Amino acid sequence: MSENDLYIEGEPVRDEKAPEGPINERWDKRRFSAKLVNPANRRKLSVIIVGTGLAGASAAATLGEAGYNVTSFCYQDSPRRAHSIAAQGGINAAKNYRNDGDSIHRLFYDTVKGGDFRSRESNVYRLAQTSVEIIDQCVAQGVPFAREYGGLLDNRSFGGVQVSRTFYARGQTGQQLLIGAYQALERQVAAGTVKMNTRHEMLEVIVVDGKARGIIARDMVTGEIETHFADAVVLATGGYGNVFFLSTNAMGCNVTAAWRAHRKGALFANPCYTQIHPTCIPVSGDYQSKLTLMSESLRNDGRIWVPKKGGDDRDPRQIPEDERDYYLERIYPAFGNLVPRDIASRAAKNVCDEGRGVGPGGLGVYLDFADAIKRMGRAAVEAKYGNLFDMYQRITGENPYEVPMRIYPAVHYTMGGLWVDYDLQSSIPGLFVTGEANFSDHGANRLGASALMQGLADGYFVLPNTINDYLADGPFEQLDESHPDAAAAKEQVTSRIEKLLSINGSRTVDSFHKELGHIMWDYCGMERNEEGLTKAIERIRELRAEFWRDVKVLGTNDELNQALEKAGRVADFLELGELMCIDALHRRESCGGHFRSESQTEDGEALRHDDEFAYVAAWEFGGQDSKPVLHKEALEYEYVEMKQRSYK
Amino acid sequence: MNITLRVWRQKGPGDEGRMVNYELSDVSPDMSFLEMLDVLNEKLTLQDEDPVAFDHDCREGICGACGVVIDGEAHGPEVTTTCQLHMRSFKDGDTITVEPWRAKAFPVVKDLVVDRGAFDRIIQAGGYISAPTGTAPDAHANPIPKPDADRAFDAATCIGCGACVAACPNASGMLFTAAKVTHLGMLPQGQPERASRVVKMVNQHDEEDFGGCTNIGECAAVCPKGIPLDTISQLNRDLLGSLSKGIG
Repeated sequence: MSENDLYIEGEPVRDEKAPEGPINERWDKRRFSAKLVNPANRRKLSVIIVGTGLAGASAAATLGEAGYNVTSFCYQDSPRRAHSIAAQGGINAAKNYRNDGDSIHRLFYDTVKGGDFRSRESNVYRLAQTSVEIIDQCVAQGVPFAREYGGLLDNRSFGGVQVSRTFYARGQTGQQLLIGAYQALERQVAAGTVKMNTRHEMLEVIVVDGKARGIIARDMVTGEIETHFADAVVLATGGYGNVFFLSTNAMGCNVTAAWRAHRKGALFANPCYTQIHPTCIPVSGDYQSKLTLMSESLRNDGRIWVPKKGGDDRDPRQIPEDERDYYLERIYPAFGNLVPRDIASRAAKNVCDEGRGVGPGGLGVYLDFADAIKRMGRAAVEAKYGNLFDMYQRITGENPYEVPMRIYPAVHYTMGGLWVDYDLQSSIPGLFVTGEANFSDHGANRLGASALMQGLADGYFVLPNTINDYLADGPFEQLDESHPDAAAAKEQVTSRIEKLLSINGSRTVDSFHKELGHIMWDYCGMERNEEGLTKAIERIRELRAEFWRDVKVLGTNDELNQALEKAGRVADFLELGELMCIDALHRRESCGGHFRSESQTEDGEALRHDDEFAYVAAWEFGGQDSKPVLHKEALEYEYVEMKQRSYK
Repeated sequence: MNITLRVWRQKGPGDEGRMVNYELSDVSPDMSFLEMLDVLNEKLTLQDEDPVAFDHDCREGICGACGVVIDGEAHGPEVTTTCQLHMRSFKDGDTITVEPWRAKAFPVVKDLVVDRGAFDRIIQAGGYISAPTGTAPDAHANPIPKPDADRAFDAATCIGCGACVAACPNASGMLFTAAKVTHLGMLPQGQPERASRVVKMVNQHDEEDFGGCTNIGECAAVCPKGIPLDTISQLNRDLLGSLSKGIG
């Protein structure tokens, strides 16, 4: 199977909405050129928003306040449970409260560089500008950020940057920001501008005359397949890390909404860009259902090591100092244990591949606080990291004050997503995509504390100032369920559900999901190469065929049926996984989270090929069992010089 | 480990439920409680038996989706969420009873899944600060004394799981309500609506068929986030203040 058999190259694609001119004026320009809708007319316009994480709840609340008719959907029993809630570390903002040289331009620069020069300058600059407003807005809502004794907000520093611009709320920043957005959303529910549908899963988008006009959703309690129309549809449905089965995502996180939109014509950009976080609690057995992240702040004081010789299964405390390899300190003396996420993750994989990993299956490395306890005293370590140590002990049953912790990398975030223009509109007019579900701001690698920033920037400030440009041409033609496009979308959903329920094969949904996860992790994980990716594509195709032949889903549609929900999601992951591998195969360079073993420097670091690959890979669905079509969006850098990263 | 599970099975809201016994062998002490239920469900599916429905999502103890009564205690023997409970808290040969939250305000949807929509409606009634999106005052415009900020934070850590209601003999939702009243009431931004907020939220709480609070304290004892019981005292003080001023 050669690359040419896998995809077709189509016409290039361009972001038509980003204004030209000085970068700091572009957002102002766009806001001014965008058409407005007067308050009286907003009442006549309707917007569907799918997902209630930071990017969805904030958009729903804001558009509701503006006076639009918003209908919101989430698969959880309450909008407050969306997975933004699990973000621990913080949210970046260029406030420069510390007077340490921070500025909008520096946050912009750090983000473009951190993304390994694979994101758009215009988008990232706007994100940095907006960051300042987010903090003010959240404080006004009552988000309890950490404060100092003078009553002002505290800041901390985060990976890959030299300033303190991260705002935080203990280890629960995501929770506090999400509850703020959730409360604003519920306020609009009470005001009648937002209609909230919990325990609803979007299963299809309705496209009429080329425009997104609604969705098909399943009521997860009754099984009713509902048709909902609107003048515009917003997807804020998060990332697709669960294609790996094991990840730090919530169990329900899925790609279905984005994938269904992709199949209806929305381009999917850079699907192979995934972030693998270095400090997670390792897998303990086959039954494992998810991985838990431990804040990367632990790398400030913990030292990472493995035994020098393979198969050394002594108690780590019995291994003498000169038989330990503190490999990050050895390879990267300048940054040591604090190298960026992608580099730390790959180094851990390398030592484990050499057979020097520790713990069950040899898939772990030590994160040792013995020196820190000696240096700072146990009480100081407890004050700084106590909650994380407790969490570790609860999950593993081991006491990290006495025995070194074991950590291993895990899938955490997906930088790829649906392609959007500067207005956050996908290639389907009327379909907007916000937050992790789009691809726009992080390039090939996301910096810590930037996901919360992007979700809220999109939902509070960007979308509400761009969607009006589209809605100003509405309201569009009234539709009802008998419209052929709506009826066809509904029929697609029902027949797929009937098919899933009728196969009655011999394997559970989870067994397929786990097998897919293994393929993705082995061949499209921290390190990729041509041979492995080619093999993965073949195996995914076989597995997908087997799924549709042999999956076992019990029960009926007209009840709460969690196996049926999962089956639909896994069916979509089985398609997405193939596209991720094709994207990874076609990108014959290493950049950010995408490491191709064929493209590395002499020292084994990621080697970009800017002459060939400085573009966004936007994939068009080619049809069932047909080749996807690649559309390239060229990336140009006017304000940041492209450089190779070095952390030695 | 070998475990016997007694699990509440109920097909739908209107159906009669019953306890059903399942035997499970080869349970690893390192499994989380929910992973043990995953194993049960895989086994049931392969035997053509309907798997047990239960709510869960993040499995990190923060989203608040999971929650069952285990051997009579909300979230089980450790003070944590069900997803963070591990099988090493049990012994080989144990019989473990698993039931949904039991409260009139939380009707059973199926098996161990309940409807906690009442909590959302309490928030809708007033659990927010009205600050429409737009240019807000600079975040440093309003310094907040650290003790106030810390107390607001302690209350704000509530994850809305509903264990407080399940543990309360009266099935009261007062700790949940008080946590929000305290979080917002401790902050300067929350003052303009403070007097009306507490009245509206308590009225909604009562309309949802939660029981009244009689200061038993079971709620705080099981709360996986350690919401302090004295938030309820603060709620009562605020409520009394409002009512005496004729608000509500």
